[in-house]
Amino acid sequence: MKKAYATTVPVLGLLALAAPALAEGSISVMSFGGAYQEAQRKAVFETYTAATGIKVDEQEYGGEIAKIAAMVESGNTTVDVVDVDAPTLLQGCDDGIFEKIDWTRIGDQADWLEGTTSDCGVGTIVYSTALAYNAATLPKGPTVIADLFDTAKFPGKRGLWKNPATNLEFALLADGVPAAQVYEVLSTPGGVDRAFAKLDTIKQDIVWWEAGAQAPQLLASGEVVMTTAWNGRIYNANKEGQDFRIVWDNQILDSNYWVIPKGAKNPEASLEFITYAVEPQVLAGTTKYIPYGPVRASAAEFVTPEDAANLPTSPANMTVALTLDNAFWADNGDEIRKRFTTWLAQ
Amino acid sequence: MSVTETVDIERIRTFVAVRRAARPARRAALSLALPLVGFLIVAFIAPILYLLVTAVDNPETRSILPRTLTALESWDGVSTPDEPVFAALAADLKLAKEDSTASQAGKRLNYEIPGMRSKVLAASRMAAGLEAGPYREKFLDQSEIWAAPETWSVIRRNGAGLTPYYLLTAVDLQQSPSGGIEGVAPDQAIFLPILGRTLLVAGIVTGLTLILGYPVAYVLTIAPRTIAAVMMLMVLLPLWTSLLVRTTAWVVLLQSDGVINAVLMALHLTTEKVQLIFTRFGTVTAMTHIQLPFTILPIYSVMRSIQPTQLRAARSLGAGPTSAFWRIYAPQTLPGVVAGCLMTFILSLGYYITPALVGGPQDQMVSNFISVYINRDLNWGLAAALGVVLLLVTLAIYGLFLRLVGADKIKLG
Repeated sequence: MKKAYATTVPVLGLLALAAPALAEGSISVMSFGGAYQEAQRKAVFETYTAATGIKVDEQEYGGEIAKIAAMVESGNTTVDVVDVDAPTLLQGCDDGIFEKIDWTRIGDQADWLEGTTSDCGVGTIVYSTALAYNAATLPKGPTVIADLFDTAKFPGKRGLWKNPATNLEFALLADGVPAAQVYEVLSTPGGVDRAFAKLDTIKQDIVWWEAGAQAPQLLASGEVVMTTAWNGRIYNANKEGQDFRIVWDNQILDSNYWVIPKGAKNPEASLEFITYAVEPQVLAGTTKYIPYGPVRASAAEFVTPEDAANLPTSPANMTVALTLDNAFWADNGDEIRKRFTTWLAQ
Repeated sequence: MSVTETVDIERIRTFVAVRRAARPARRAALSLALPLVGFLIVAFIAPILYLLVTAVDNPETRSILPRTLTALESWDGVSTPDEPVFAALAADLKLAKEDSTASQAGKRLNYEIPGMRSKVLAASRMAAGLEAGPYREKFLDQSEIWAAPETWSVIRRNGAGLTPYYLLTAVDLQQSPSGGIEGVAPDQAIFLPILGRTLLVAGIVTGLTLILGYPVAYVLTIAPRTIAAVMMLMVLLPLWTSLLVRTTAWVVLLQSDGVINAVLMALHLTTEKVQLIFTRFGTVTAMTHIQLPFTILPIYSVMRSIQPTQLRAARSLGAGPTSAFWRIYAPQTLPGVVAGCLMTFILSLGYYITPALVGGPQDQMVSNFISVYINRDLNWGLAAALGVVLLLVTLAIYGLFLRLVGADKIKLG
């Protein structure tokens, strides 16, 4: 027993010494896994290693901010760069668990799409929550967001994300509120009432989904005639042989971001990685593997026309679009979510 | 000194001597258990204590707005405060902006005053740019929220290091501006109904597993050994499969174009698809299936220890089959029944992935909200408070069982 102890300690000590040496020439990046990370691997990680010789150690998580917060608070930050969604960015920036970004190193913010830049984060992709239907079973499908609420024209169940965010917006958009005024209206108590009243009109016909993969599954199984969905999920289902269509009218845009967690071993290397990852050609490269829009306007020229057709950010699809206001949801989300929960139970 | 007394003293001496002689062995036994005790303290008791503390801890306002709190001591509580309070707030927010802690104070106050988060952030940005007063007009110009006495009474109330806010919220109560306790608005009251629903679903699942599991356990004890082995495997097999896999399997079975509907349609039992998934029925069915082994196994282990000869004896003494079963056999299985039901009930209280996937919007249970407040909202205070409420309810139910049947009657092995 004692002997084992005597040999273990030096070995552990050696490992501790060796760890920084091993870490040199590599960077640890955490993202959401699945097809998304697969696309990042091919378009960003592998090309980064090829260009700089720095290896990318990948980690995956489910988007839980708690995981990053716990790491930072315990003083043991083991990842250098994390891909986060917008609410996480806002919350983490507020709570001081992300490093501030030196934008002079990244480039002119004027080149970036609305909502993709922040003090603590640099946009990775723009994705869309939009209406989708199965063209195989519904040849003459919906064309505008109002059709989601038109049960006379399109009888049957519709799938919605079990979250007030995006649904209240869709309700107001369908009720005739222009995209530019949606959050102005929602900021008044009457506006929230109005959105719930609109949702009331189809309440009995809603199937609620929670995980992103459920939306295409509901369409494929015929459980619903149409559903709101994240555009990447619909695209993937089509690659597997489905004939789903996206109604781009009044789509709601949101972004993901690269952030550097506080206490990252080498913030300089993290920033260098991010600077590379958002170069226009690299951003455009991602669209070959997954249909999420590049965050910079200057990336558009490197995207092929076939890929552009599937992107939420391509001009043809962007005619009527709303950018999700995450600050609004950070302020009012808790109250509205409670109301949403009681409304669901009524 | 009487003879009996001498004997008693002798007896005590012997007893003490024996105990003293056994002390090293007891110590050794105890020291062997120490790693487990240590593990329990680190992995079980400490987190529960941390949970209890988190549910009442309230550090944000105190540490970020100390000057404001001091200035508020002389505030009358009904009007908009005067210049000194605003000057103190400006000084606090200026510092908070430098340390980037303003948003933490904002987030904490936002729980009680929706919209406060961005108001505090905007005010801290403004304060950082202000060199000298008067501050009052500038704050009032920026937002009317600074004129409202309610805002200030919330700030003053949160100067305390401990808060009842999270625990009150977890049972749909709130502090009124005057300090009294009142119910929250009906459209904000979600946690008590959810707790009630959690208990109801857990109760139904427990009842169903008992009705379905009791006969199975009985058959397991009387069946020939080879058949019993196969049956046991069928009971245990689901237990070895991941919870998520079993839940997803139920999605496949229950969905509108799923196996069950297809069979019902083929048999012409129904002409329209029956809505099975996203209903309470779906939730209860899937949970019952998953929980069955937990109810069956304790009952089975108790049943095996009951001598079959007792039933035969009862019959030969004139009891009918029903009477022999209910008066001789069933009472002896009670420890297993209680243990099995308790286990299933308590485990069912903690379900969240199954109701989320096969249940409807009205089937979410408390755990679901705990996970949301931990993982997404980072509101650990409220998550901890909900955890405390769930823990207390669980302990209350456990205590009730103990009172009803007695601790010695519960056989959890």
